[in-house]
Amino acid sequence: MRVLCLCLALLAAPAFAVQPDEVLSDPRLEARARELSKELRCLVCRNENIDDSNAELARDLRLLVRERLVAGESDDEVLDFIVSRYGEYVLLNPTKAGSNLILFYAGPAMLLFAVFMGGLYLRGRARATPEGTQDLSVDEAKRLEQIMRD
Amino acid sequence: MVAELGHFTLILGFIVALFVTVVPLIGAYKRWPGWMGFAENGSNALFLLTATSFGALTYSFLVSDFSVKLVWLNSHTAKPLLYKLTGVWGNHEGSMLLWVLILTLFGAMAVWFGNGLPPTLRARILAVQASITAAFMAFVLFTSNPFLRLDPAPLNGKDLNPLLQDPGLAFHPPFLYLGYVGLSMAFSFAVAALIEGRVDAAWGRWVRPWTLAAWVFLTIGIGLGSWWAYYELGWGGFWFWDPVENASFMPWLLAVALLHSAIVVEKRESLKSWTILLAIIAFSFSLLGAFITRSGIITSVHAFATDPERGVFLLLIMGVFTGGALVLYAARAGVMEAKGVFGVVSRESALVVNNILLAVSAFVVFIGTLWPLFSEMFFDRKLSVGEPWFNASFTPLMVLLGLVLPLGAMLPWKRGKIGRVALQLRLGFVLALALGALFWAVQTGRSALGPVGLFLGAWLIAGSVTDLLSRGRKGARLRRLATLPRADWGKAVAHAGLGVTMAGIAGLLAWQQEDIRVLKDGEGFELAGYQLVLNGVQQVEGPNYISTMGDVTLLRNGREIATLNPEKRVYPVAGMPTTEAAIDIGFWRDVYVVVGDPQVGGGWAFRTYYKPLANWIWGGALLMALGGALSLSDRRYRVAAGAGRSQPLAGVAAE
Repeated sequence: MRVLCLCLALLAAPAFAVQPDEVLSDPRLEARARELSKELRCLVCRNENIDDSNAELARDLRLLVRERLVAGESDDEVLDFIVSRYGEYVLLNPTKAGSNLILFYAGPAMLLFAVFMGGLYLRGRARATPEGTQDLSVDEAKRLEQIMRD
Repeated sequence: MVAELGHFTLILGFIVALFVTVVPLIGAYKRWPGWMGFAENGSNALFLLTATSFGALTYSFLVSDFSVKLVWLNSHTAKPLLYKLTGVWGNHEGSMLLWVLILTLFGAMAVWFGNGLPPTLRARILAVQASITAAFMAFVLFTSNPFLRLDPAPLNGKDLNPLLQDPGLAFHPPFLYLGYVGLSMAFSFAVAALIEGRVDAAWGRWVRPWTLAAWVFLTIGIGLGSWWAYYELGWGGFWFWDPVENASFMPWLLAVALLHSAIVVEKRESLKSWTILLAIIAFSFSLLGAFITRSGIITSVHAFATDPERGVFLLLIMGVFTGGALVLYAARAGVMEAKGVFGVVSRESALVVNNILLAVSAFVVFIGTLWPLFSEMFFDRKLSVGEPWFNASFTPLMVLLGLVLPLGAMLPWKRGKIGRVALQLRLGFVLALALGALFWAVQTGRSALGPVGLFLGAWLIAGSVTDLLSRGRKGARLRRLATLPRADWGKAVAHAGLGVTMAGIAGLLAWQQEDIRVLKDGEGFELAGYQLVLNGVQQVEGPNYISTMGDVTLLRNGREIATLNPEKRVYPVAGMPTTEAAIDIGFWRDVYVVVGDPQVGGGWAFRTYYKPLANWIWGGALLMALGGALSLSDRRYRVAAGAGRSQPLAGVAAE
């Protein structure tokens, strides 16, 4: 299944993503470039970030990121610039705004809902009267204790 | 002739499947034994017919009969025999036939091992299974016929996609399908129970082995796929949150939830309604997975061949089965009244928490996978949801799961005291915390992921060990371990496996080191305490490819440990290159070398990784599968074990 997909997707030219000649000499800038690359999608690939991709376009983007970083831009500025050129589609982590709020809050909301429902269910089960083997109520337990002591 | 035979038996199978769907249902309704019995012979016949059909296709591949279009598209005479065989399912049509074969196999297995099931329930299960089979047979016959001929027959084929010519990937699809399709049994059991109008402890006991088996296969299948991606794709990634991966991961998560909730049904006659719903949803997600991968709807942007006709057909199958089952579910809500009573602190509650976390995780994966589609459809925003989002949204749920698992696994049924369990686990907790803190201190300034993952891993493993030990009375603990039921061992092994996987993922992501450079012959460099020297690069010829092979010596402290041969292969017939990473596999770390392109100034590009704990990821998956298999081999859970008893055991003594 992933089989067919990944294959077809990655086929273009496997072998290599980041080329030796792309790597920046400043290790701190390079590290930032790598982190940024993980956030950016290779536009002509299937669900690959530009770091892992072998496509020409991904290489162009990697070089662009490094160019902007060397020019002294902050991470956000670089991302903003690339989004302005290639659109929101390029971001692997979508912006947390507008309709995307649904995406970001659906999970937590579902968790809250599930915990609430689960809690209701557990309360119901704890309070339900068991068939046959009825538990002693607090009063009954007290009485039993008293009887046993006597 | 052979291909026509295959086509003919498939058509015959489709007609038989229609009969097996209708006749036993009427028989069960009217209590006519003969009509119910038809389901058994019918299911066996279905399996035989499909096996013949599949055999015919396999034969066509083995003898390279290029007059069959599918063989021509996916095979070549120079291909090694193994890949001629696996080429049968290395394409859409063949893999769908495999899917149908497994559907009928499960149906037949329900006949072989289901002797203890009540006759009406068994007839209905087989009928539901046959209805799914009929739907997929129609799908194969009408939209994806593998037996189409070519005239004139070409002299040679176009070769199988080279990436599929790999042992890891060759057996990835069959396992995955055994898992996907295995969930159809849980679905059939659920729907049959709803028609029957009875969901009781016995039902929970019967459905569990099937779910367990499906889950074991799915675990192995996903593990194989991930391992393959690791060594084949050239940068050692093991999970990409790709829609197609997610399509297999969602059913896996739901199968885990289903396994655990079925325990509650079996032991405590509670959570019935939820378990039935889960069984329906789990299989629906299998169908959704088939839809996502086959229709290309989410991945339509590039690469994958889109086929609207197939997509619509699959959507129809999904709609009919899911929708039908849910309507039935709503109509029969009354029969699923819970019986067991338990306190808020109890094993039952812990399993509810397990189900909440797993179901929400599956939901998170679902929304992330489909959001690009929804967003474009409803908000006209074209966007991507990728790894960073999934990591951020999914990881917290797994951390929570890992934290509560050891506690929940040791809580007694009905009513427990959290303090008592915590007391038993204190040693394991302290050990795990110490380990996490140690690595936290050593690594300074890196992400918290590594130490947290190691802590969780150690906590899960220690919890499993504590759980096993606590079963014995003081003094006789070790002796008693040998006599513990296999299901208990299975539980401990599977939970420990989850811990191993978590530690592996965290270790790999947090402490991986990478080196990218140009190497000329005789040059070397150092990475994470290892020295690597390139001895040379040469051309090597394989059976159906040409390889550029590097010869790299791996040294540690000047002592040679291994010779690594990273390759870059070109398959001339398919016209595709592949990378074959060379990996020095170790318990604590892998050293992973990839050879790239020749450089203008001489030398070759090399990418080298130091990957700590990499193998723990798949080792853990293997442990999980092993745990499942152990549990499956337990006498108490044998397929339909204890089904002969007229009165189901309401509450098996908690141990």
